[in-house]
Amino acid sequence: MEHRIGVFVCHCGTNIAGTVDVKRVAEALAKHPGVAYSTDYTYMCSDPGQNLVKDAIKKHRLTGVIVAACSPTLHEATFRRAGTSAGMNPYQVEMANVREHCSWVHQGDKEQATRKAIRTVKAMVEKAKLDEALAPIEVPLTRRALVVGGGVAGIQAALDIANAGYEVVLVERSPSIGGHMAQLSETFPTLDCSQCILTPKMVEAAQHRRIKLMTYSEVEEVAGYVGNFRVKIRKKAAYVNRDVCTGCGLCIQKCPAKTPSEFDEGLAPRKAIYTPFPQAVPNKPVLDAEHCTYFKTGKCGICKKICPVNAVDYEQKDEIVEEEVGAIVVATGFDLYPMAKMGEYGGGKIKDVVTSLQFERLLSASGPTAGEVKRPSDGKVPREVVFLTCVGSRDPEGHVPYCSKVCCMYLTKHAMLYRHKVHDGQAYLFYMDVRTGGKGYEEFYQRASEEDDVLYVRGKVSKIFEEDGKVVVWGVDTLTGKKVEIAADLAVMGLAMVPSAAAQDLANKLKIHTDEWGFLSEAHPKLRPVESLAPGFYLAGAAQGPKDIPEAVSQASGAASKVAALFAEKVYQREPVIACIDEDLCAGCRICVSVCPYDAAEFDEEKKVARIQEAICEGCGACIAACPSGSAQQKNLTDDQIYNMVSAVLED
Amino acid sequence: MRLRLTGEQINGEIIERIETLSGQDLGACYQCGKCSAGCPVVEQMDIAPSEAIRYLQLGHPDVVLASKTIWVCASCFQCASRCPKGVEFSSICDALRAIVLRKRVSDPKVDADELARVMVSDAPQMGVVGALRKLNG
Amino acid sequence: MKIPYYPGCTLHERAKDFDGSARECAKALGIELQELPIWTCCGAVFPLVTDSVMDILAAVRNLSYASRIGDRVVTLCSFCYHVLKRANRVMREDPAKRDKANLFLRADTKAREAVESYTREDYAGQVEVVHYLEMLRDDVGFEALSKKVKRPLKGLKVAAYYGCMLLRPKDEMKFDDPEQPTIFEDFLGALGCEPVDFPMKTECCGGFQIVNDEELAIACSQNVVTSARKRGADIIVTTCPLCRYNLDRKQKEMAERVRGFRTIPVVYFTQLLGLALGLPEKELDFSGNTVDPRPVLAEKVVS
Repeated sequence: MEHRIGVFVCHCGTNIAGTVDVKRVAEALAKHPGVAYSTDYTYMCSDPGQNLVKDAIKKHRLTGVIVAACSPTLHEATFRRAGTSAGMNPYQVEMANVREHCSWVHQGDKEQATRKAIRTVKAMVEKAKLDEALAPIEVPLTRRALVVGGGVAGIQAALDIANAGYEVVLVERSPSIGGHMAQLSETFPTLDCSQCILTPKMVEAAQHRRIKLMTYSEVEEVAGYVGNFRVKIRKKAAYVNRDVCTGCGLCIQKCPAKTPSEFDEGLAPRKAIYTPFPQAVPNKPVLDAEHCTYFKTGKCGICKKICPVNAVDYEQKDEIVEEEVGAIVVATGFDLYPMAKMGEYGGGKIKDVVTSLQFERLLSASGPTAGEVKRPSDGKVPREVVFLTCVGSRDPEGHVPYCSKVCCMYLTKHAMLYRHKVHDGQAYLFYMDVRTGGKGYEEFYQRASEEDDVLYVRGKVSKIFEEDGKVVVWGVDTLTGKKVEIAADLAVMGLAMVPSAAAQDLANKLKIHTDEWGFLSEAHPKLRPVESLAPGFYLAGAAQGPKDIPEAVSQASGAASKVAALFAEKVYQREPVIACIDEDLCAGCRICVSVCPYDAAEFDEEKKVARIQEAICEGCGACIAACPSGSAQQKNLTDDQIYNMVSAVLED
Repeated sequence: MRLRLTGEQINGEIIERIETLSGQDLGACYQCGKCSAGCPVVEQMDIAPSEAIRYLQLGHPDVVLASKTIWVCASCFQCASRCPKGVEFSSICDALRAIVLRKRVSDPKVDADELARVMVSDAPQMGVVGALRKLNG
Repeated sequence: MKIPYYPGCTLHERAKDFDGSARECAKALGIELQELPIWTCCGAVFPLVTDSVMDILAAVRNLSYASRIGDRVVTLCSFCYHVLKRANRVMREDPAKRDKANLFLRADTKAREAVESYTREDYAGQVEVVHYLEMLRDDVGFEALSKKVKRPLKGLKVAAYYGCMLLRPKDEMKFDDPEQPTIFEDFLGALGCEPVDFPMKTECCGGFQIVNDEELAIACSQNVVTSARKRGADIIVTTCPLCRYNLDRKQKEMAERVRGFRTIPVVYFTQLLGLALGLPEKELDFSGNTVDPRPVLAEKVVS
């Protein structure tokens, strides 16, 4: 077969041409065997540049194209499309990286850079000579989505995907959806009642005909790949038949066993059989066997006896439910940095030093004090309350280095609400910087200072301790340069946001990336914030990084739109540059089967040879490297191609 | 009172010397003031620890070198222990004292008569040695 | 069990009660404290400037002497522990300073020859610096210790004063959590007494400033003392002669400054340990105290 490769050397302005002598490269390649056309141009990615390629393919009857320019991650798709429109198979269009791998790293040495560029392009020409025409692999797509996490982000994503016309399975670990937003009393900057704006969405999600709600459930295992995930979900035993249960609450009333309530952040007890809060969705109780008298001692059983519809079932077991989905949205939310790590503020041992979420429960009308601000130690109304921002955040030396984004606004809201409830109370807010980046946020902060008389003290608190029934705060006002001491009645800690506890475990199960702090990693920090690098996984909410409710909701809708885009096609197209096995050469040793991280290699018992499942293979090359007979090869990256590329590079 | 700020002073020899001698990066301090808030002797200082660092950041070391602050420091390390940026003010204090003391201008901080009284009393030797080394150089 | 012991200048002189009680307790626990045959003052403070090698030589020399007789050295005084441990780290991790220090040590022949089993080995951090409390925790074990207690100090409320030098800087001292330490309280629990946690247990007593600016140190110390009293402590224990001096000696002055001030005795932890182990009071030597601990001990400790 006659090789007629076209070579196009890009200047990229001065990015390449400033270091590499592009004309010399084009000239050298013109002389290379198999090259039918070789030229240079200022900006190949531009329309005229692309047209150069298209015209040359037709005019010179090219059998392959090399664009010597930037990294393929940027424009490989561009040039492949150009090639396709001129009738060439896209997998016969290649790029030679003479920018990131050449001009940008050898700026001091033009001669060597030019010679290296020539060798690089020659190598790609040699590769192109043996490139086959390939077609993308089409796999069927399950157009159902899984959303992990039932907080506001998870709920929003589920609603958006369902409203776009697709079925959604929404899995939530706790007995009810709602997440942390359900714990809030009011939200900034509007001071909307949090549950009032959230519960309509919760109910909508529960009643939506396309949403399958699974609460008190956890993702156990995920197998498969984008478009074709097989998920095992563990429905934890609630010991209550939640389909039969009417939610009358008699069992909860009569239950004798108590344990601190997670929803009330330990400030009030809940029963062993319980719903986390009155507006829970679904409003059906679960039985927490760990704290149940019957399960611990064999005595009691009152809930079962008293249930009018016989919904309590102590024999209930965990159930594994299998679902097939095409996309997974991870919205597992956040936790607060543990108070136990803040030794200088009491390490969690001082009753009247509460976390921000605990104070939220004190403010909430449905909370342990019915919305009256009372000290946990003695129930008295605090008249001097200190609010601390940056507890654990912005502390690379001892805790976490990042800013948790919401605390300035969050604690401002707390201080305002405290002042609204206790008119003769004094609120102090210790800050380093007040960060008010959202809409209406700066005005909200100024209102706190001007209308609600919150005293903002610039400085960090060094120590908090108990003395004579007070919470003594040793802080500083850096603006006057003086150490300050406050004998407060209550102190509220603006603890840092960290990813929720189960998230790292889940990320490992899903094989998606997290950053060093455990937050889910987005594919690109600027341009791809709602998807993971792993195809088929999308991110929403605080699981990806500290953020407030409007951002969580936006991100959730963004993730939903990505899912909808995925589902818009009838089939899913996969890259064909994957492994394949020459059955004539295969000896049936099965080494490839054992090394494949994706379980894509399988053994045919009849033919006694191995085979690659095209739908699953990711083209990592492990089997190819391991194969002793050389029967496993990568399409368009065969051993012969690699050998020829190496020879071309060493030719100089 | 107006403070003139110039690049020359901010990056000047004395500031560089302070950073080298103390091993601390003055730029790392974001002025949270936690050091001042937790210092056990801040009330006896004329410039609080975080303020002292601020003067250095602004390129005005003279104020700090002439202050009472650096002689009041008890080297208890509470500042360094709690600093979220790992800046050790205790080391900066030592460096500032060293700069003053190494000039060898006779101005002993520990009074000789006072010292004699203390020595005759039952104060532990370690306190005398410690005070002399930190304050008289 | 034998372990090299570095008393430090003050324990040999003005804190003899600390040294004496520590030795007697060790004996009772089957530990022989082998005092280094030759030693000098450690320097009392650790230099915080980066260019000094001279300033740590005293400490290094002592560590080098210790390395002649063992691979560990136990000390009691917080300051000595602090200085030795930090100097040790320099010798382990800073090659330039290590080489320079060893140059000085090599020149110091006469004194080195006076040490038994003298070798020409350079010092590179071979010795582990151990505090007596760590030795009790790791070599004896607090549970084993509690079994050796003959006179449990039941009814005695003891406030453990850690001070600064044991705990900070955290990554150098690695002694315990600098904000919420518990080793002292665990030790006291083993003695059968009731440990009293108080907020100022890790705040400075004023340290060496007592020499130069007495008012300053009194202000710091009175803060510590009143805090312990407020939490109901009968007695304060410490592991530093300077802390003991500052907290104990100036209580008369504190009474002048604080309304309703009540004195509280301050003793070395080894004295309480000795009491619990059933050692005779004479060996524990409470005569060095300004605020006499004997009345409260007699009252509270079940004989």
